[in-house]
Parts: sequence; C-alpha cells; structure tokens
Amino acid sequence: MDIFIKFLVAAVGAGTPLLFGTVGEILTEKTGHLNLGVEGMMSIGACIGFMVGYYTDNFFLALLFAAVSGALSALIYAVLTVTFMANQNVTGLTLTIFGIGFANFIGIFVLNKSPEGTLKLPERITAAMRGIHIPGLSDIPVLGELLFSYSPFVYIGVFIAVVCAYYLNRTKVGLNLKAVGENPGAADAAGIRITKVKYLNIILGGAICGIGGVYCSMIINGGVWISNNVGGLGWIAVALVIFANWQPSYAILGSFVFGALRVLKYYIPQNVFPFPIAFYDMLPFLMTALVLVISSMRKSGRINLPAALGLNYYREER
Amino acid sequence: MAQQQKTQYAIECRKITKMFGQVVANDEIDLNVKYGEILALLGENGSGKTTLMNMLSGIYHPDGGQIFIGGREVKINSPVDAMNLGIGMIHQHFKLVEAFRAMDNIVLGTKGKKEKSKVTSEKIRQISEIYGLEIEPEKYVSDMSVSEKQTVEILKVLYKGAEILILDEPTAVLTPQETEKLFAILRKMKENGCAIIIITHKLQEVLSISDRVTILRKGKSIETVNTADCDTRKLTELMVGRPVSLEIERPIMPERETILKIVDLSVNKPDGSKAIDDISFDIKKGEILGVAGVAGSGQKELCEAIAGLLPAQKGAILFQKENLLGKTPSEIIEKGVSMSFVPEDRLGMGLVASMGMTDNMLLKSYQKGNSPFVNRKPAKELAEKLIKKLGIITPGTETPVRLLSGGNVQKVLLGREIETSPTVLITAYPVRGLDINSSYTVYDLLNEQKKKNVAVMYIGEDLDVLLELSDRIMVLCHGRITGVVDARETTKEEIGMMMTGENIVKEEKEALR
Amino acid sequence: MSNSTGNVQSEPFVRVVKRAELPAGKTTLLRLLAVLLSLIAGGVFIACVGQNPFVIYGTILSGAFRSVMAFQGTVKVMIPLLISSLGVTLAFKMKFWNIGAEGQIIFGATCATFFALFCSEMNHVLLIIVMFLAGFIGGGLWGLIPAVFKVKYNTNETLFTLMLNYIALHIVSYLRDGPWMDPESQGFPKIARFEKNASLDKLFGIQFGWLIALILVVLVLIYLKFCKQGYEISVVGESQDTARYAGMNVKRIILRTMFLSGGICGMAGMIQATGSDITLTTSVAGGVGFTAIIIAWLAQLNPISILVVSFLFSVLEKGSSVVQSNFGLSTDCADVLQGIILFFILGCEFFVRYRFVFSNKNSSLKSDKKEMEG
Repeated sequence: MDIFIKFLVAAVGAGTPLLFGTVGEILTEKTGHLNLGVEGMMSIGACIGFMVGYYTDNFFLALLFAAVSGALSALIYAVLTVTFMANQNVTGLTLTIFGIGFANFIGIFVLNKSPEGTLKLPERITAAMRGIHIPGLSDIPVLGELLFSYSPFVYIGVFIAVVCAYYLNRTKVGLNLKAVGENPGAADAAGIRITKVKYLNIILGGAICGIGGVYCSMIINGGVWISNNVGGLGWIAVALVIFANWQPSYAILGSFVFGALRVLKYYIPQNVFPFPIAFYDMLPFLMTALVLVISSMRKSGRINLPAALGLNYYREER
Repeated sequence: MAQQQKTQYAIECRKITKMFGQVVANDEIDLNVKYGEILALLGENGSGKTTLMNMLSGIYHPDGGQIFIGGREVKINSPVDAMNLGIGMIHQHFKLVEAFRAMDNIVLGTKGKKEKSKVTSEKIRQISEIYGLEIEPEKYVSDMSVSEKQTVEILKVLYKGAEILILDEPTAVLTPQETEKLFAILRKMKENGCAIIIITHKLQEVLSISDRVTILRKGKSIETVNTADCDTRKLTELMVGRPVSLEIERPIMPERETILKIVDLSVNKPDGSKAIDDISFDIKKGEILGVAGVAGSGQKELCEAIAGLLPAQKGAILFQKENLLGKTPSEIIEKGVSMSFVPEDRLGMGLVASMGMTDNMLLKSYQKGNSPFVNRKPAKELAEKLIKKLGIITPGTETPVRLLSGGNVQKVLLGREIETSPTVLITAYPVRGLDINSSYTVYDLLNEQKKKNVAVMYIGEDLDVLLELSDRIMVLCHGRITGVVDARETTKEEIGMMMTGENIVKEEKEALR
Repeated sequence: MSNSTGNVQSEPFVRVVKRAELPAGKTTLLRLLAVLLSLIAGGVFIACVGQNPFVIYGTILSGAFRSVMAFQGTVKVMIPLLISSLGVTLAFKMKFWNIGAEGQIIFGATCATFFALFCSEMNHVLLIIVMFLAGFIGGGLWGLIPAVFKVKYNTNETLFTLMLNYIALHIVSYLRDGPWMDPESQGFPKIARFEKNASLDKLFGIQFGWLIALILVVLVLIYLKFCKQGYEISVVGESQDTARYAGMNVKRIILRTMFLSGGICGMAGMIQATGSDITLTTSVAGGVGFTAIIIAWLAQLNPISILVVSFLFSVLEKGSSVVQSNFGLSTDCADVLQGIILFFILGCEFFVRYRFVFSNKNSSLKSDKKEMEG
C-alpha cells in the first residue's frame, strides 16, 4: 500500500510538466492555431529558467523568466502564423528544432564556463522547489501525502488549469476566444479583435509551456543541467490536448495518468513483470499513439476540436 | 435643399473605390439610403455589390471615397466601428459559430459581463416579439435549418441595436414561402424606422420589397430609380447594359429511352445521418431534368452516389440496365459509362486550384494507357482547343486556374466534362457566381448537349431558370422526392410548396379525411 | 477595446493588402534577401555569446572545405540529409505531415543491421543488396503504420509519426541493452562494429551512399514530375475530394506514398549505419529526420533545390563541428542557425503574396499604380 501511495505521488510529479504543456497548448489551439512548437517553447523555458535560477538562486525569478522566455518564443510563432500567415505545422516544427538547439547550445555554453564542469542549482532554490510541508495538513496519514506534499509547481499547475477552465467556459472573453477558433470570420464580423485575441492567447500559452519547461530542467534531474532535458514531453503534451478533448480540467487527469506511465518502471515489481527497461521508457509514447488512434476512432459526442484549427485567417480573402 | 436632404440619409457613399490586386472591384460608387426606406442594390455577379457592403460593415477597407452616416463623415475600419455606427450586416454566407447556441452567437462581441442564460434569452425573446421573429435561444446553431440560422443572424444585429441593416442575397437559400415571411419582417423593421439595404439579383423580389433601386454594373453605380417606375425588363437592361432576351431556349427532343434509372436509393452522409431517403426516378436521353430543393436537401449526396463517391445504403442506380452501385469512381469512368459531374464547389472538387489548365485536363484522362508516365501533350492541345472554342480568358495553359475569374473557371470545368462526350451529364449549380452573359453560355452548352441526346441532370437554385430550362423538374426535400412535374405546366408556387414538403402533408391530411 | 467609439475617424496604422502574384525573379530575390537577413540575425546571436560572427561564419566555410578530408566529411554529412529530405518530400507533396523521418531512419537502419550482424558471411554484393532492401522495407513499414491509421480512422499523422520516432528509438536501446549487445564489450551496452563485408564500399574516398543519393534525386524528380503516380500525389495533396472524383483510389495512394517516403528514409538510415557509423547506435538518425523537414520546406519540395539546400546545410553542420573544437561553441549552433533561416523564409513568403499599407502615407492607390508599372 505504501509503495502504491509513493507511486501516485511520483505520478503527479512526473505528470506536472505535461499539465503545463497541455494547458498551454489548449489555450493556443482554442485560437485556431496548432502550435507544434511546445517542445521548443518548453526547452527554451527550461534553459532560461534554469540559468536564471542558477545565477540568482531565486525560485520566483526563475519561474518568471521561464514564463517570459516561453512567451517570447510563442511570440515568434504568433508573428509568423497570425500576421505573416505562414504554415502552422512548419512554423511549429521549426520552433521546436530552434528551441531544442538553442537550449542545448546555451546549456553547453554556460557549462563550459563553469569551473566544476557541471551545472547544479544552488541550495536555496532547490529547497524552495521541494515538497511543501503544511504542519497538520501534511501529516494526515495517506491524504496528507497525497494532497499536501508536492513541489509548489504541482499546485501552480493545477491552479493554472482550473483558472483556464473557468476562463474558457464561464467568461465572455473565453467565449470570444472559442469563437475565434471555431469561426474567425464570424468572430470578426461580431466585432471581436481577432488578431489581439490570437496573440494574447498564443503568448499566454507559450508562457505556461515555459513554466512546464523549467520544471523539466530544475526538478527531473535533481537540479543538474543535462541536454535535451524536455525529452519529448512537449510532444506528448500536444497529443494530450486531444486526449483531454480541449478541456483544461481533463488535462489534469490526463497528465497525471501519463505521469504514472513515466514512473511506472520504478514501482512495478520486476519479478512479476519482467519487461526490459526500454519498454517502460517507450510506454508513454506507445500509449500516446494508442490514445491518438482511439480518439480518432471515437465518432460520437461533442468533440471540442476548434473548427478552424490549422487555418490562417485573412479578413479580405475573396 | 441639398443640405437638408443629406441629413435625412442614413448612409451616403461618395465615390467609393476598392481594388483587389489590380482588379477594380468598386469604381467611384455613389449610393444613399434614408431611414424608413428599403433600398435594393441590384447588379450581376461580379458587379461589386458585396464588396461595397463589406466596406460598409468594416470587413474591407476602401481605397478611396467618403462614407457619411446620418450626415457625418466616418471611417469604418472594423466591424466594431460599423456596429457602433448602428450598421448591421447579414452576410450571404452566415457568420455563425456552429458549435455555439443561438444566444451565444447573438451576444458574441457585445460588451459587459457574461449574463445568466435566462437573462439573455429573455432579452432575445423581447426583441423577437417586436419584429415577429421565431427563435429558440438555447438551440445549437449546428442543429438549425437555414431559415432558423438566418433568424439568428437578424437577431444578432438587432440585439446590438442596429438601425441600418444590410442583407446580402438573403433569399438565395430560402423557399418562396420563407422569403415572403422574411419580407414581412423587413417591412416591419422599415415601419420601425430602420434603413435597409437588400442585395439581390432576383428582379421579382426587387419589385416586391424595395422603395428604390440602385443598379451596379462592372463596379460602377449606373443609376438609382424608384421601384414604382420600373419593371423587370427595364431593370435587366440597366443591369446588363443592353436589352437582353431573358428567354432560355428549350429545344424539344423526340421522346427517347430511359438511360439512368434510380430505384429505391438511400444514401447516408459520411457522418451517418440520412441524406437520401428511398428515392426513385429516371432520366431520359435528350432531356434536362431539373432538380430543385432547399440547399442541403440531399442534392450533393445524390450526385456523389451516382458518381460512385458515396456508398448507398440500399437501392440501385441502373445505367443502361447495369447497376453502378458498388463500383469505384474510376470503374464508372473506365467502363465507358461517360458520367460527367460538375461538382457543387467547382474549385474544391472539380479542379485542382494550383494547377494549370493542362494538368486539370489530365485529371480524368491521365490513367489511360499502360505507360507509367503522364502524357501531357494531348491535354495541352485540349486546353488550347477549349480556350479558343469557349473564349476562356487566361494568360496561358499553365496559369493556375485559381487565378481565373469565376466564369472562366466554370468554362474550363464544363468544357472538360463535355469534351469526354458523355451520355449522362450531371451539373450542380453551374451558374453559381456567374454574370448573365456567362450564365447564358452555360445554358447554351447544356442545350447543345441535350440536342446531342445527352441526358442532363441540372441541379439549380434559381427557380425561374429551372422552369425555363428543364423538361421536367424533380423536387427534393429532406432527402425525399416531393414531386416530379412537367416544367412547362408547373408554377413557382407549386414548386415552392414541394420544396418544403407541404404538398405531401396536405395530401396525407386529405387522405386521412 | 477602448478606442472603438471615439476614434472612428482615424485609420489603423497598418493593414494587409493582397498583391498580384510576384514574378519568379522577384520572388527569388526576396527569398535571398530573407536568407541574408537570417544570417545577420544569426550573426547577432553569435555576437551575443561573445564571438565575432564573421570569424565564426568564416570558420564554418573553411571548416567544410579546407581539405579533401574536410570536404569528404561534408559530403558524408550530406548523404543522409539529402536522402531523407527526398523521402519526406514525397509525403509533404501529398500534404501528409510525415515528421517521422527520424523513426523511419532508425527502423530502416535496424532492419539492415539484422543482416549485417547475423548474415555477415553472405556474398558481399548480395548482402549489400539485401541490406538496402531491408532498410527500404523497414523504413517503409514504419511509414506505413501511421498511413494505415490515417486512411482508416483519420488519425492525426503528425503526432503519430512523432510517437513512432521515440518508439523506434527505444527499440534500438532495447536491442543494444539486450539481444544485440556486443558480447565482447564486457557489459558496456553497445552493438558490435560491423564486419568489413557488411559495410558499404568507398568511392572517391567516401562511402558510395553519395552516388545513391544523387541517383535518388533524379528518380524522385522524374517520379514527381512525369509519372502518373507523381501526378496523383499532387492531386491528393491539393484536394482529396478532387482526387476521388477523378477516380483515384486515395487510400491506396496515401499508403503507397507513405511506404515510399518511409522507405527512402529507411535507406538513409541503412546507409548511415553501414556506410558511416559501421554499427547501429541510438543516434543513427541524430536529428537528421527533423533537419530534412526544414530542408524539404526551404527547397519548396523541388528535388534539385533539395540537393542545393542540403549541401549548404551540411556545410553548416560540418563547419559548426569545427567551430565547436576551435571556439567551444556546441554544434547545436547549427540547429539554431537553421531555425533562424527557416523563420525568415517563412516570414518572407508573406511578402510574395501580400504587402503592408501604412495609413500615414495614405497613398495606396499611388503605390498600386507603381506596382503595375514596376
């Protein structure tokens, strides 16, 4: 039982970067823009956030700069696809290649300058990211560990997801955003400022992805910088958007399920399931592929796929 | 005097100019309309009506000229500006979010906080009562009929307090009965002091609804006349620029054998809903069978089923007594069954927009022969032949067809289909978006085929044309045939009844008695 | 939102206007300008990390060409890039977003490696042919999987092909750690070096994969331009409805094209493993599959342009490895520069079709006329 709770706790932790990526991409896709650059935006956020944390030893600044750098990289995407009407697939892919290259490049650049030969986050910031402890609440058996033991990242992620769910489903600006993604022509005729809505939400989505990225670089490897630290999580996040049916609330569930898959190898008894390690490493990707197939087979129900996803809008199109 | 009159105008446009690339769509157009007046804007396709109205509603941006609203000069940069000036436009292609409820669409873009559903829907009900509109605010637009969607569009602009209404071809998708209902609503708005501009190219409607008519031709405003002083002939002359005979030829061919027989056919849409519901009819050689019906009554699916693009649930399609069902499109083409099909959305389906005429000519014939390579020479010759024969205006055979004008695109498509010497020719909306001259070219082409004993199925929108061109008219309603009548003997009203299925209901009631 | 009522009189500062399509010459000029701008932007980036951009660019050029050996190295980099760019081009022409070249390369290489490891005694020529086939079929099958689901359930191929990249990668790491582990490596997880009999021969000092690549350029060019199947690909890419209406079997075309696309990428993997690495590692693709997408797009899916662009990119890659050893800047620099170049090209395509009109000039009519004359 104890190991099972430990597994659940680990799953939540491993799912958190996915949660950020997924929610960020949901906001982006709701504008009708498919940004395949999540992996790249996360990488850039991971890199800048880590470096700021490394030099300033300030958790808040690291978070802020991760978000800002994620937002700036999303701005590149927004300028190219919204204003310049470039192909969204190619722009997103390029952003990914650029972002990973940029992060690795800066990483090695700083690494070469460091006297120790490794980049390890200083103690204060590491402490700030550790699991919280609320006297009383965290000490409740089982529940305390399941609910009140995580890194602040987890709570920030869930909070963002809940806020986004409210924003999308309960507010007028959320309604406007959905209208833009469904039918930009109609939204435009209704007086919604399409370009503004698109820019704002794409950039906001990028900022959220950036925070997800800094989780990857600061937490997953115990505060030590390694190259390619996002390692495909951004891509899984893009797929999770489909799994979550474009609903931030489902994204919470989806990312924790996939988090569970990522940490399964540490908790599954090897004598019962003697699968090779490579199989467990493959599992999240395999499951994602499976999710893609299953969700494409599903025909019934209201699918929330924005109707204008992937199509650029030009008002004076004839 | 001039000064006084000006202040009465709701809208006054002076020398409005708009260019698309190097095409002048609007050339110094003048137009005005008063409060409490209905102005019809009449012009052929491509005369610049929609472009002008899009500038009034802030979608396009004029390159020159002035616009006055209520006597004050304004610049309308966006739909928001238009809305704030009290201008509301009802577009030909509805600007509705299908995945939203009616009320969400209506409040979209308004200021203020999101209200409770109940409050909003009560407000909507109040407005609808004033103008006699019927609406269910909670219904999803995707579940609505065309006429319901139009009601939502009208409510959208009324909700935002528009006093100047622009309707772009609002009757194109309506049955004659629904049109009457719409006109009643418009008259009521006029009584309430609204200024209304209605764009149309249906002359009868202009005469029945408007107070004045402004006529556009080739991007220029030709004249503004009082409706009371006009008749169809005069309007047509003004619109086309010369007297035209509105008669469509209807050659009579001796009664020949049936070539295509559809028996108990049922077809589902790709999403599984019923599109064609147990219909039977036939087409004879040397006749034009007109197909009427409200858009989305199953016309598209019927065409696609005959061409082998959609599988049928049951029934048979007999071509010279051979069943075509279950055959692939290429088998239907290959078997020597010369089926020619001009799809509804000609650029989306009949032609490859980014390819030149040559490669588009290849589309249906490239599979000929065993060589793995494509032979472009005959296709190029065919393209050149069509350019000469049909007077297609294009810079060259390799210019992408998307750069050609609508009329020329239609000629390319129809020309290619006719060149395969078909025995059955199916055309859907072949004159959509064409001016009168090009339309008549198409009618001539179809009649030419009829004289060659080709069986022609003509799916059309304009009932007047259907009545004059076809030999028989078949009416579809919700995927069922509600009547097949002799075009020489029927009336528009009778077809209108069939389009809504009312004749069937009536018959059933009578049978019950 | 605030300035809507009050400022009805003022015009927006800038708006977008469609222009008549530019002539080919001007378009090319515009693209060259974009490349130039991107090099400047890249230079700024290099300057930001404290290096002289001119020196770095110079080192990249000299690093790729300074000696016969260096040039051979450049070509060696180019071989898989060129071949896989050709592979993805087939899929892209069909608007099938195959971003799984990476996985197809890996799986093709894996299938070929099976024969290299376990059939190394075979006649050399025969073995090479068998390995080519294995690479082709392996990559093809890996490309076929997403295509099958695409035609059957319309499964999103972009993400599916991507997931297959990681799956292929982990298959190799499984083989490396388990069944195919080099018995002589004393537990260190690696696959044994291939026998000489199972590696590609050299031609002018470079593995003869370069010749295969050049032949493929011509074949793909002919296939796309003059073959019925190539014509079908273009039509399907433009509109599946049109293709069906013309009697094409769209599903079969998608499956066939994806098999070919994956197959060509698989061959790139086989050539990389047996010609350059002489073993199978998890980095056999090493990002080539992604770079190939950039190349194909920059070259506008034209095989001849792909040849040129992939050569330039290999110069960049090879050169940046020299930069790494001389200046300590990592080779990821090449990825960054490639990204920047494509960003600029993507942006410049806008100016081929549209232009901005600034309202303070208020002379759009005049500039229209100017355009007509010019």
